[in-house]
Amino acid sequence: MSKEIEAIKDPGLPAHVHRASDTNPAIAKQAERQVAILFILSAAGTVLMIGSYIFIPNDVFIFLPALGNTHAGQLFLGLGMAFSLFFLGMGAIQWAKRLMPDDEVIAYRHELRSSDEDRADFVSTIKERSGAAALGRRPLIKRTLGLALGLFSLSPLILLRDLGPLPKDQLSKTSWKAGTRLVTDPGDRPIKPEDLEVGAVAQTLPELAQGQERILSDIGKDAVLLIRLRPEEFQLDAERLSWTYDGIIAFSKICSHMGCAVALYEQQTKHLLCPCHQSTFDVTRAAKVIFGPAARPLPQLAITVDSEGYLVAQQPFNEPVGPSFWERSS
Amino acid sequence: MKRLSRYRRHRAAGPVLLLFALFSVGTTFSMASASNRESVTPLARSAAIDEGREIFLKGCSSCHGLNAQGSVVAPSLIGVGAASVDFQVGTGRMPMADMSVQASRKPPVYNAEQVAALASYVSSLAPGPAIPTDSLLNYERDGSTAAGGELFRTNCAMCHNFAGQGGALSQGKYAPTLMGVEPKHIYEAMVTGPQSMPVFSDKTITPAEKLSIIKWIKAAEAEPALGGASLGRVGPVTEGLLIWTLGLGLLIGVAVWLATKAR
Amino acid sequence: MSTREYVAGSVANYVDERTGAAAWMKKNLTKVFPDHWSFMLGEIALYSFVILLLSGTFLTFWFDPSQREVIYDGAYQPLAGLKMSAAYASTLNISFEVRGGLLMRQVHHWAALLFMSSMVAHLLRVFFTGAFRKPREFNWLIGVGLVTLGIVEGFLGYSLPDDLLSGTGIRIAEAIIQALPVVGSYLAFFAFGGAFPGEAFIPRIYTVHVLLLPGAFLALITVHLMLVWYQKHTQYPGPGRTEKNVVGYPLMPVYMAKAGGFFFIVYGVVAFISAVASINPIWLYGPYTPGQISAGSQPDWYMGWLDGLVRMAPPIETHAFGHTISWNILIPGLIIPGILFTGMALYPFIESWISGDKREHHLLDRPRNVPNRTALGVMSLTFILITLINGGNDIIAQQFHLTINQIMWFSRIGVLVLPPIAFVITKRICISLQRADRDLVLHGRETGRLLRMPTGEFVEVHEPISAEKAWVLTSHEQNAPLQIEEVDHRGVRRVGAIRNRLRARMSEANAQSAPKVSADDLKEIEHH
Repeated sequence: MSKEIEAIKDPGLPAHVHRASDTNPAIAKQAERQVAILFILSAAGTVLMIGSYIFIPNDVFIFLPALGNTHAGQLFLGLGMAFSLFFLGMGAIQWAKRLMPDDEVIAYRHELRSSDEDRADFVSTIKERSGAAALGRRPLIKRTLGLALGLFSLSPLILLRDLGPLPKDQLSKTSWKAGTRLVTDPGDRPIKPEDLEVGAVAQTLPELAQGQERILSDIGKDAVLLIRLRPEEFQLDAERLSWTYDGIIAFSKICSHMGCAVALYEQQTKHLLCPCHQSTFDVTRAAKVIFGPAARPLPQLAITVDSEGYLVAQQPFNEPVGPSFWERSS
Repeated sequence: MKRLSRYRRHRAAGPVLLLFALFSVGTTFSMASASNRESVTPLARSAAIDEGREIFLKGCSSCHGLNAQGSVVAPSLIGVGAASVDFQVGTGRMPMADMSVQASRKPPVYNAEQVAALASYVSSLAPGPAIPTDSLLNYERDGSTAAGGELFRTNCAMCHNFAGQGGALSQGKYAPTLMGVEPKHIYEAMVTGPQSMPVFSDKTITPAEKLSIIKWIKAAEAEPALGGASLGRVGPVTEGLLIWTLGLGLLIGVAVWLATKAR
Repeated sequence: MSTREYVAGSVANYVDERTGAAAWMKKNLTKVFPDHWSFMLGEIALYSFVILLLSGTFLTFWFDPSQREVIYDGAYQPLAGLKMSAAYASTLNISFEVRGGLLMRQVHHWAALLFMSSMVAHLLRVFFTGAFRKPREFNWLIGVGLVTLGIVEGFLGYSLPDDLLSGTGIRIAEAIIQALPVVGSYLAFFAFGGAFPGEAFIPRIYTVHVLLLPGAFLALITVHLMLVWYQKHTQYPGPGRTEKNVVGYPLMPVYMAKAGGFFFIVYGVVAFISAVASINPIWLYGPYTPGQISAGSQPDWYMGWLDGLVRMAPPIETHAFGHTISWNILIPGLIIPGILFTGMALYPFIESWISGDKREHHLLDRPRNVPNRTALGVMSLTFILITLINGGNDIIAQQFHLTINQIMWFSRIGVLVLPPIAFVITKRICISLQRADRDLVLHGRETGRLLRMPTGEFVEVHEPISAEKAWVLTSHEQNAPLQIEEVDHRGVRRVGAIRNRLRARMSEANAQSAPKVSADDLKEIEHH
């Protein structure tokens, strides 16, 4: 630290200036009235609140300039509560500012460090007490204690094991099988290729067996987006082209980045955009990533038609759908 | 002037000036970015298709080609159907004001009759989706709000946002707000898939389901402020903005007052 | 003695004989608190927490934290007959059938946003004024812990209603857990009781949200306040204010009335905003299902910077030996936040190591007088602000007619380039402000009055500033760079030469300042 001579001296705490309310009883009286008015406003707020709760029916709406048609109960209950609390606070602060003593007070700080004497005492106490336990001279006790505590600390891990099942292959498998029909979401109607015009999309799920209920965990893996293009617009290799049917291509709707539903299809550019993190996929090139943080294309579902002419899956997804995980191999 | 200069050293002068500056920048920006209106082209009336052809040759053919076959800048209109024309021209999107990434909604250039004439001309080129009749569009009778909401969230919300307020697409394109759009135009958009929007076929979303979607959109549009100002119904961004400005702003204001000595 | 005095005396006697509280109370009722608006930021956070406890308790009376599927038959018609979780249905019930329920839900959510923003504002005040220096490092650490817990608590809170927006947030959280190398998929399955979304997650986070974390908050806040009490509050430099004293108002009655009154003001402002502005309209979002999504899906603002980081991440994954590591999730979702929060927590220790300053500090710094720290703070803020902007890039693109891609590229480049620029500019500004202070002390204040000298020259009349003002502008200390000798006092070469050189370099940068007015300067001025 530089030890320069302080050029300017501390002038010390400025002399106390009396407020008008300290010297003039009339002004003090006026301040008192101000505080009282604030408290009365607060009480009025509470009355407004109670009144709105009891008397305003749930279906009354009033028109306000900035808000439009507003639910009156909610508005006046809230405003009443706001006024009652706000003016209560204003009253208290105004009271403190204008009527309570406003002399600034000086308190002195003390060094937080204990005195040298106390510190020395502390050290010797610790030494003496731990010496009495004689842990240092009994290594057997020390080690077995360590073993016992160490092992015990593992017990939460054991106790928490039953939080959930092991993943097994659940992250890699979906409900799609060879021959599963694609049905509309919502509606559960099977779809024929001629139902879709060029430029059309359809949100689909696998058809459920009779009496089966759809559960969210399945939708989270099974959701598929159908898109119809002109067949000549595809730039696919022979295998991927064979997974399409008459210009109709199917992708998993679960983003390969973080699992949001990628259903934002731009018909002119043939791009799919994920609204969560803006990963952009090119439908004509098998959902290749062209922008954003996703690192993998959306998995493509191979489709064809069954004997009745409805769109079905040729085979299950050939890779896990959704976000990456450690056990994923590609 | 003298009074003004006295306030210059007031402790509130800084914040007030800042607010004023922000406000003026905001208004200048919004005024500068307001678009110009197109002037209305008056035209005489004749037989529907011929008249439509006339209008087409004058107003549309420079981009869409003399026979509506399309060009490098505009798509072919053969087979797009009357519904497409009614949507694009009836919402003012066509004719396009400028060559931006997307045609936006604006006051229509042609009146209802002219739009009908254009539609009959284009639909005479090749069959396509027809304009829905008023009896078909009775969404109040044939639609269900709740079912429409579910369909909307599955098929529309990803672009148009959960409350139909619109949203951003890639490269500056956007899904427009659905507030204040005529039911007929919503229906036509679903059937024809204008611009970036895909087609929603009648088999995957039935006409009755389309009416349910319209009914839900109209219900969302008419929904009163249940919890106070809607803040644009765009989610947590505006909420965060409000708490930092109004919320913390008000409280800091009170704190400044609290810590000032009374006179 | 009046009756009232007699009763009060009896009660006090009764309590004191059983607790010995009189001595402690006598000392502490006259405890001095300095007054300044910026000292109220932490109080806003404390009061928001109390509001959260009160309104949260109200909500638990009706909320059903269950993912059991129910058919909705409540008052809100646009959702009538739809399948949804009991959690979502009961939140609708609170909003539309419990009188005042929607108001309290909005109070709870607005108070949560205020809790986070006031904590951050308080943290910035503490950082820029150097209030974290010895002896207050523990409180800084507790504060960083509170902000971290606050982010988690807020996220869990808005996830509870199980609406479409919050379900999307949980989906993303699950993806982050799942991306952890080796243990990811196991942890995800344990947390969710099976495959996402399952039926276990919301009941579990409910317990964490209403019991575990509030308990942790209470404990940490208690220690935080006890330390403030025990160490006494810091104060801004000024006449009569020294490192050895604290100048302000006594707890009883002035500070009690002001702080107590301010609690009601905070509650009143939150109630006002809740009355006039809607927040989290879950009835519009609809119930969660993984197949649906809304455009512009955002987290609450305090997670927005994280989401922005994830959005701007480069698309990198490693696939090797049959395993996958998602750098595009791990780097923005865990590694960068980890570095940021660790750096923030350790900053008091780093600064003291660089400056070699091991003394207690109770007088606050004016930010301009510590250019390096101020610049570092503005640099970090710039970083967070850019990530926050990118977190809302779709909304910004839509409102201002920009493109998502432009904003994304601006953020990707800006997040690397702009913070260092902000550092340099801020440091320059601080040093210029110091020079301006110096001029003010030496030459006085410009009055704007022009005088014509007999020689025809025009000069502006300067007025000397008050002694108080001059003291405020000159009472700060100036750091000198550390002199680290290559050899120690016994003539042995020090170990860690690189470390020492680094320390010396940083210390030099840390000490950069405009020289403050010295006695010699004043003497020189007098000669003119």
